[in-house]
Amino acid sequence: MSHDTLAPTAPPRSSSPMLRVADAVAARREAAMGAFRSRWGGLPKPARYVPGALLLLVLVLLPVWDKSLRASTGSGIPVIGTPNTSFSGVLFLVGAFALCAIGLNVVVGFAGLLDLGYVGFYAVGAYTVSVFGSPSSDLATAYPWLICVPIGIAIAMVFGVVLGGPTLRLRGDYLAIVTLGFGEIVRLTAVNSAPLGQRSGISNIPKPPGERADGSKLFGVVDITPFYWLILAFIILILVLVSNLERSRVGRAWLAIREDEDAAELMGVPTFKFKLWAFAIGAAVGGISGGIFASRQGFINPDTFDVLTSILFLAAVVIGGSGNKFGVILGAVIVVYVPERLRGFDESLFGAWFVVLFIALGVTLISRRKSLLSSTVRAAATFAGGILGLVVAVSVGTQLHSIVTDVGTENPTRLLVGAVVLTLIVGLVLLQLIGLAQAEGARIAKIFVGAFLTVLVGAIAPYVFDEIGDGVQALRYFAFGIALIVMSVFRPQGLLPNRRRATELADRKKEVAAGVNA
Amino acid sequence: MNFSALIDNFGQLTATGFTQGAIYALIALGYTLVYGVLRLINFAHSEVFVTGSFAAILTTRLLGVGADEAIPGTAIVIAVLFAAVLAAMAASGATALIVERVAYRPLRKRNAPPLVFLISAIGASIAISEAFGVFYSRDNVPVGNLIEPATQFTLFGASITNRMILIVVAAFGMMILLDTIINRTRLGRGIRAVAMDPDAAALMGVNKDRVIAWTFVLGGLMAGVAAVLYNLNIGVTKFNAGFLLGLKAFTAAVLGGIGNLRGALLGGLLLGLVENWGQAVIGSEWRDVIAFVFLILVLMFRPTGLLGESLGRARA
Repeated sequence: MSHDTLAPTAPPRSSSPMLRVADAVAARREAAMGAFRSRWGGLPKPARYVPGALLLLVLVLLPVWDKSLRASTGSGIPVIGTPNTSFSGVLFLVGAFALCAIGLNVVVGFAGLLDLGYVGFYAVGAYTVSVFGSPSSDLATAYPWLICVPIGIAIAMVFGVVLGGPTLRLRGDYLAIVTLGFGEIVRLTAVNSAPLGQRSGISNIPKPPGERADGSKLFGVVDITPFYWLILAFIILILVLVSNLERSRVGRAWLAIREDEDAAELMGVPTFKFKLWAFAIGAAVGGISGGIFASRQGFINPDTFDVLTSILFLAAVVIGGSGNKFGVILGAVIVVYVPERLRGFDESLFGAWFVVLFIALGVTLISRRKSLLSSTVRAAATFAGGILGLVVAVSVGTQLHSIVTDVGTENPTRLLVGAVVLTLIVGLVLLQLIGLAQAEGARIAKIFVGAFLTVLVGAIAPYVFDEIGDGVQALRYFAFGIALIVMSVFRPQGLLPNRRRATELADRKKEVAAGVNA
Repeated sequence: MNFSALIDNFGQLTATGFTQGAIYALIALGYTLVYGVLRLINFAHSEVFVTGSFAAILTTRLLGVGADEAIPGTAIVIAVLFAAVLAAMAASGATALIVERVAYRPLRKRNAPPLVFLISAIGASIAISEAFGVFYSRDNVPVGNLIEPATQFTLFGASITNRMILIVVAAFGMMILLDTIINRTRLGRGIRAVAMDPDAAALMGVNKDRVIAWTFVLGGLMAGVAAVLYNLNIGVTKFNAGFLLGLKAFTAAVLGGIGNLRGALLGGLLLGLVENWGQAVIGSEWRDVIAFVFLILVLMFRPTGLLGESLGRARA
């Protein structure tokens, strides 16, 4: 099965002594990971909660820290803070996306159903809360938030069943296009029907109850932190529920359906029923997220719920690692936070961001490290090309910079950062080209030129973008698109892939080796 | 519900729907070809189309025609259109080839799961359309008027303009050409072979990678022609114009049975007609909803489309 490239396989036999060293390194790394995992599993249960609890504490305190820093120094948390947008607002949005990613993961990651219209459920949740809760909607029931959200969840679930009922007999790509159509139908219905406010949307959406000591509303408009905590609480709640589901009969049924639907059906799994359940549960989670999102916004309109959002949800799931609930949260962080961070772009941090980006890329490439030692000649060619590219880039870049700005500014920090970036780029190019070069010999010149060009472009980019200013912000979705491709090519299994199947496969192999099954 | 509008204007609605549908069908061919061979939604095909659209506009502008001026003589219009079509086909074909090289081939080599192909395709799609948005313009780009619509004759109460005739004839011409290529040439035989069974085809000496690249290029060429026709029909384009159109074209491909060339034709025409008839009945703002509801209804009763999916088995 192509699903897990992670499953430990026998290292390929190789003639080159270098390759054998690389295999040994890889094997030792695998063994170290295995040892770590078994020691981790041996710890008492409370001890295993400690890192998670610490992480949670950090997540809870992040907006508070940012706020106090802003009050004292005027700027938020260095490097990770968002200068031009409210940090707690961004955190909330990440949370809303993470919740959606968890819900979509039930459909895509667990049950293996491709849903491109998940935003439809998000929209249904948001619109239900708005229509029932807002005094200015046509219904004008103005129910309090605590009543609206359960209604939103219920209606989202109903929509899940309504969509799933007729369409779940379709498979694969047909299901994908039908769900995509569903998402558009929901949005266009909101655009066109008067009770849903058409293009102008619905305002005066109720907020959760609660007051501060001074009598002001706890869930206000200015400080988004309470909303962030609320969505964090929901994420934890849903995570617990989904984890339990995953380990239950339902979860095993989903697994079976994902792996082989026909076989599952033959073994007596009522596939249609469980697929419908996956749809309904996913829809309900999307509905919750949408409901909270609507009340945080205070007003909604159809533009929020376009197909791009749907695709971003799916991107979060796949980037993070489809089927791994923590992975998809990481995916949501990447999908929402990175473009938001690039929005308020401070040029002095550009280099820092390049570093982060390339470290992330480097990490995704680690799994291919084996081929690094396959040929010293190739490495030398790449290195030479990279160095030459670096020299040319820096000289051209400084020229460019001074020409455009008229001031011969030399920022030592930027140069340092640039050097780090370039080293990483060289490494990246090295890995990439060596991976791509298959035939011996003739590729060396190609590698040299490739390294030279990549380093040149990578190193000149900061100088050029520095002048464009808003360029980075304008380019953020462009960069996101490129990142998606790079991600798919280099780490198709996602950043945090689903471990469960890998371990299952390893166990089975062990059993076979021990003659249990033989 | 306004059935009298439908009945009164049935002829005209059918004519416009048919024109629109011909363009859908031409784009749908790109989806269907790639799906037939790789079993993969080429999500970036809509951007292949957009590239063609922009290439056509730039060509006409470079030739100094169509920008709010009087319409030049027929000979010049034909020459310019011809140049625009060539430019659009070249641009679209090249884009399709690059997308295949950059976003799909590395994944194929790694045997990635299908979902990852989709994500990579979405990435390519976002990157290309954003590139036009950032580096060219985020606003509507006027195409420039090349052909003043003039009614040529009336058929069942529908006035048929020269534009409609041109679009339908060009679209059908391209489809016949493609059908001939797939069914009669050596390349077409290779494409059908790979669609039927990639591994067996490779064993029989078909160069799989080259056939796949050519499949993308063929789809891109069709999209290039479709882009020029779309420009003529709508008169304006935008960096993200491909999205909805691509969605519709894909819907058309699925309607007819994806992977099936004649299915794409049938699906495209049907979608154009249903959309136009439907919008007369319940209002033009529901046009896109009609298309998707129609798709869901058809798939409920024909889960593999109207003609079924078979590029490999399509034997005319």
